[in-house]
Amino acid sequence: MSDQHPRTKVGSLSHVWISAKYNFLNYFRARRFYVMLAIILIISGLLTALVGYYRPPGFVGGNALGFYGAGWGSFANFVVVLSAAFFGGDAISGEFQNRTGYYLVPNPIRRSAIYVGKWIAALAASTIVLAVFALIMVANGLFYFPGSIPWQFVESVAFAFVYMVAALSLAFAFSSLFKNSSISILMSVILLLFVFDVVDTVTSIVAGIEPWFSITYGAGIVSNILTVPYPAAKSVTPVGPGGRFAIAQFNATVPEGLLILGVYFIVMAVLGLVLFERKEFTS
Amino acid sequence: MAPSIEARQLSKNYGRFTALSSLDLKIQGTKCVGFLGPNGAGKTTTMKILTGLIRATKGTALINGVDVSKDKKGALASCSTLIETPEIYPSLTPKEALSMLCEIRGVPKEEKNKRIDEALARVKMTEWEGKKVGGFSKGMKQRVNIASTLLSDPEVIILDEPSTGLDPRGMSEVRDIVMSLKDRLVFMSSHLLAEVTEVCQEVAMIDHGKLLVYDTIENVTAKFAGGGGAIEVGFAGAVEEPLRLRVSKIPGVLSVTKSNDRHLIVKFDNAAVTQDRLFELVAGLKAGALSFTPASGLEDAYLSLIKETL
Ligand SMILES: Nc1ncnc2c1ncn2[C@@H]1O[C@H](COP(=O)(O)OP(=O)(O)OP(=O)(O)O)[C@@H](O)[C@H]1O
Ligand SMILES: [Mg+2]
Repeated sequence: MSDQHPRTKVGSLSHVWISAKYNFLNYFRARRFYVMLAIILIISGLLTALVGYYRPPGFVGGNALGFYGAGWGSFANFVVVLSAAFFGGDAISGEFQNRTGYYLVPNPIRRSAIYVGKWIAALAASTIVLAVFALIMVANGLFYFPGSIPWQFVESVAFAFVYMVAALSLAFAFSSLFKNSSISILMSVILLLFVFDVVDTVTSIVAGIEPWFSITYGAGIVSNILTVPYPAAKSVTPVGPGGRFAIAQFNATVPEGLLILGVYFIVMAVLGLVLFERKEFTS
Repeated sequence: MAPSIEARQLSKNYGRFTALSSLDLKIQGTKCVGFLGPNGAGKTTTMKILTGLIRATKGTALINGVDVSKDKKGALASCSTLIETPEIYPSLTPKEALSMLCEIRGVPKEEKNKRIDEALARVKMTEWEGKKVGGFSKGMKQRVNIASTLLSDPEVIILDEPSTGLDPRGMSEVRDIVMSLKDRLVFMSSHLLAEVTEVCQEVAMIDHGKLLVYDTIENVTAKFAGGGGAIEVGFAGAVEEPLRLRVSKIPGVLSVTKSNDRHLIVKFDNAAVTQDRLFELVAGLKAGALSFTPASGLEDAYLSLIKETL
């Protein structure tokens, strides 16, 4: 029988690619991708219109770097978090909740190949969204400051990409943890948008400790790099009567930030994969 | 080597609940084996373990001799599966969904399109091949799922209630498809005993996570259906007790039980009365008998093996 209909052995790398290809096709046709693009277009459209009309000095009063700091620097992390949660937040939980896993998993393919393929597809979709936002920022920047794109902006875009890689791993881990897609998406958004920020602030201000364990602290390098000179690693502001209290503020240096994001990427990727490998398709 | 499916001391607990309890079953060769049992018996649980969707609490599941929990990719290399109405990525078309499986299963490129076209034609979905699956009805999706199991010409096919959600014609088409799958091992769970009788050569019955019997349909029927024949008689009106008694007094009749409001199951001794003579005698009661259907031997065996459900 096998002679009649030959089958070729498919390696796991090819399986990763197949999984990525069809998941990307699914993303690319789904409403969600266009909703995300629309959000980006609305944000950058508003930014373009408001800056064009009011010409706020914070944006156009100084140099190109100031412009990119105010525009890209303030919104890039938000865009990263939204796309990570949108494309990664239910990547695995959706396979359970929507029962699509019943079609894909009972086949001669490793779960890890499915997982990595889905991750690559989500990264591709998020990268498109981030790139669209970056391009609109560049178009605006060139309009006000023709002929110069500061190298810090290029670095910042690269850092935002690294942040996206880490945030996507985290969102994937959450999507492996929960069986409900809305919950896993919501958890990713809340965590990355609020919880980590609050933790950062509380640990530095209240405890005076550098929040080196926080992904959003590491992601601070995306906007920090656009500030010249680069913000101090630690600054203490005396407050209260006679300066009796001191409020500490920390900023991740570039190597520190990259290290934090890198560790998050690896730990979360492994954690998510282990969770998915162990997860059972029960209803 | 002949294709095989094997469960060794397979157990599955959900918390304290035992869904599957030391199931031992070895099926080997090219044939169709029906997997029967009441709701909650553990059929889907067994099949999910066999296909790597869940893990056994204890025991081993093997397909073609390969342990599924150790090497799912190897175990399923020549096994296609349809477990509990799967869903396809909604924005893919049937053609793309099948294409994905062809690539995963290593169907040679030059054969891919031909196989997809054939499989879609088998389930009568050719005219829908370019539409997104997301908008399909339940039965249309199930047809695509069935097409998916035919693509790579596997040696082993595991089907969990494949006719779920299909219209009557669809069900009969599934029967034809399964019957045409020669030279393969098909393991199919079903509640449709007529379907199983028609397409399978053997049956395995389980209840409460335990295997009750695994044998050929003839042997199971002979052993458990009780000697003699059985016939189901349908009446125009509701069947009352006096009528049941009158039927049971017909010579040669062993027992009469109500199967529902308007139907009686009449068991009779073949030696004492023939089926056509019984037919005349029941009609002679002038009680409004409308239909006479020979009850399936498998159904009889099933009912006597599985006393109560849940
Ligand atoms: N996730 C779960 N948690 C708890 N119990 C479960 C879970 N999944 C299944 N069960 C139980 O395991 C038992 C076996 O279920 P299974 O789905 O294998 O039955 P089945 O034979 O396929 O029934 P049906 O004919 O209704 O499809 C049932 O009693 C069910 O309640
Ligand atoms: Mg079932």
